[in-house]
Amino acid sequence: MIIGERYQLAPKTLEAIFAALARDGVRVLAPRRVDQHVALLPVKSLAEVALDAVQASGSAKAAVFPPVEQLLSFTGSGQDLRLQDPEPTAPPTVVFGIRPCEARAFKSLQLVFDWDSPDTLFDAHLAMTTVVSLGCTQADEACFCTSVGGGPRDTQGSDLLLQPLQGGGFAADVLTAKGQALLGLAGELLPLGPEGMLEPAPEVEPAFDAARLPEALEAAFDSPVWGEESLRCLGCGTCAFVCPTCSCFDIQDEKRDGGGRRLRCWDSCGLHQFTLHASGHNPRETQGQRWRQRVSHKFLYFPERFSAAACVGCGKCARACPADMSLKEFLRALTRGR
Amino acid sequence: MASNLVSSTRSQGRPPLAPNVFRPQLVRVATVTAEAPGIRTFRLEFLDPAEGQAFRFRTGQFGLYGVFGEGESTFCIASSPTRTGYIECTFREVGRVTTALAACEEGDVIGFRGPYGNAFPLESWAGKSLVFVAGGIALPPLRSVIWNALDWRDRFAGVTIVYGARSVADLVYKRELEQWAARGDVKLVVTVDPGGETPDWKGEVGFVPHVLEKLAPKSADTVALVCGPPIMIKLSLPVLAKLGFGDEAVYTTLENRMKCGLGKCGRCNTGRSFVCKDGPVYTLAQLRHLPAEY
Repeated sequence: MIIGERYQLAPKTLEAIFAALARDGVRVLAPRRVDQHVALLPVKSLAEVALDAVQASGSAKAAVFPPVEQLLSFTGSGQDLRLQDPEPTAPPTVVFGIRPCEARAFKSLQLVFDWDSPDTLFDAHLAMTTVVSLGCTQADEACFCTSVGGGPRDTQGSDLLLQPLQGGGFAADVLTAKGQALLGLAGELLPLGPEGMLEPAPEVEPAFDAARLPEALEAAFDSPVWGEESLRCLGCGTCAFVCPTCSCFDIQDEKRDGGGRRLRCWDSCGLHQFTLHASGHNPRETQGQRWRQRVSHKFLYFPERFSAAACVGCGKCARACPADMSLKEFLRALTRGR
Repeated sequence: MASNLVSSTRSQGRPPLAPNVFRPQLVRVATVTAEAPGIRTFRLEFLDPAEGQAFRFRTGQFGLYGVFGEGESTFCIASSPTRTGYIECTFREVGRVTTALAACEEGDVIGFRGPYGNAFPLESWAGKSLVFVAGGIALPPLRSVIWNALDWRDRFAGVTIVYGARSVADLVYKRELEQWAARGDVKLVVTVDPGGETPDWKGEVGFVPHVLEKLAPKSADTVALVCGPPIMIKLSLPVLAKLGFGDEAVYTTLENRMKCGLGKCGRCNTGRSFVCKDGPVYTLAQLRHLPAEY
C-alpha cells in the first residue's frame, strides 16, 4: 500500500484488521452504543462500532491526554526521598471511527504540548496512537467544521481516512506510515479507481466567517455579551472536557502509604477555581470573564501563537451543554456584529 | 504479526525514555529565616552538587517549589544570580502548599522546577539609574534584582529603594534593609502605613505612593521597578508618570496562578500572554496591552 493512494476496503477485510489488532493486544477505541448513548469505548470487533452516529460523546483526546495521568511518584522523605518517573505504559492504540473534525484536533493538541518544552508523556502517547477517521455522510445542527477550515472529508490529523462507498465497503485513503502499517494488516488491497462511488458528504453550511473572528473578538472585549451569554452557564466545565482541543490541566498530589504520586488532571478555564489565588484574589471572578477567556483563547490568542484556531467545529460542546449554550450560534451572532 | 507491523512504523517501537519535564530537582532547605508574621525565606541547596553547579538563572525568573504529597507553588527566585551555590525563595503561609512548606525544617528536602519565564533586562540598563518601589511581600522579586545590581554596582548610576509595609513587623529582609541603609551608594527609604509604626521607628510613616511622590526621584535615564499589592501599584503608577517615567521605563512582575510553568496548563494565560513564558516581567507599556486579568 502506498501513502497518498486510495484502496478498496470490504467490511470483511476490515473485520480481519480488527481481529489482528485484538489478537496483538492493540487497544481500539471507537464509537460504541451503550443504551441510547454513543461513547468512545474499547471495542474488539467492527460489529461493536456505531458507524452511524454523527458524533460520539466524550473526546478522543483521552487517548493521548488522559483525564488523569501520573507525572511522577515518590517514596520516602528527607535524605531517603526517591522520585520515580512514570513507566512508559502507553499501550499501542487505534482510535477508530472518529469524525475528521475530531482527528484534526490531534494536530491542535500537539501544538500546545510540543511547543518550546516538548511534553514527553504526551509524545509517548501520540507515538503509539493511530488515528482512523470516518468521513461523514450526515451532520446535525451542532456541526460547524466548515466554519473553522475543516470539512466532512478532511484528512488533517488522520493516519487513515475511511469513507463509505455506495453499495457497501469503504474507500481507504492512506495518509501516513502509521495508516499504511495498519491497512497492511489486511494483506494486499486493490487500489480504488474512479468507479468507486463515495456516499455523498453532507452539506455543512458555514455558520460564520472565521477570518472575521479576531477583529470581532477584539472589538467585543468590553461588550456586555459575555456577561449576558454566560448567565445561563452553570460553570460545570463539561464543554472543555468533551472538547477535542481543550488542553488545560491541573496538577495535584496524592499521598498514599509513605509515598504518593503527582497527577495531571483535565481542567477548564470555565471553572471558578482555575485562576483563584490562595489569597482569595481571582483574576477572572465572573463567569462572563471566563466565557470570554474560553472563546478568545480559542479564536484569538491561540491562532496568533499557533496559526490555527483551537476549535475543529465538532459541536461536542453544544451537544453536551446542560444549559444549551452553543459556541456556533454565539460566534455567528458575534461576527454579524450584534 | 500485527504488533510488529504497527510498531515498526512508530519510531522503532516504544519511544525511548525522554526527560520528564515535570520532574523536579531535589533541593535541601539549608536555612530558614523568619522574616515577618507568616513569612519565611528558605535558602535551598541542590542535593546533587553537579546540578547546583550547572544551575543558572537570570533575575526575575521564577520556579515551582514543591512538597511531595502536597503540591507545587510558584514564587520568584528571591536571591541574586550573582550569588551561586544556592537559591532563595520567600513566601507567605497561606494555602495548602505554602502551609506544608512552612512546616519544613532545615535539612528537609523539597522539589524545585525552574528557572522559568523571562527576566529583567538588567544588562541593558548599564549607565542608568534604578528606582525600586516595593510593598509588603512583593519585595522578594525586587530583592533579587537589587542584589544583582549591587553586585554590579559600578555599571549603574543611582540606586534608590522605596519599600513599605503595613507595619514595622511586616517588613521583610530587616537585616538586609540595614545593610542597604548603611551603604553610601544606595538611597533607601523605608515606610510603614500610618498606625503601623513602633515607638522607636525611625523610618517614614505613610503610604508608598505618597513617599515616592515626596522623594521625587529623577526620571531621566532611569528605570523604575514596581512590585506590590494591586492598590500600591495602581496608586504608584500615576506618581511615576507625573515624575516623567515613560511606560517603557517602568517594569513589574505578574504573579498569576500557575501549575506547569511551561506554557501548557493554561492557567496563567492573560490576553495574548502566558505569564509563565512571556512574563513574569513586563513593562508598563506591555501591561497596557493585556486585559486586567492578573
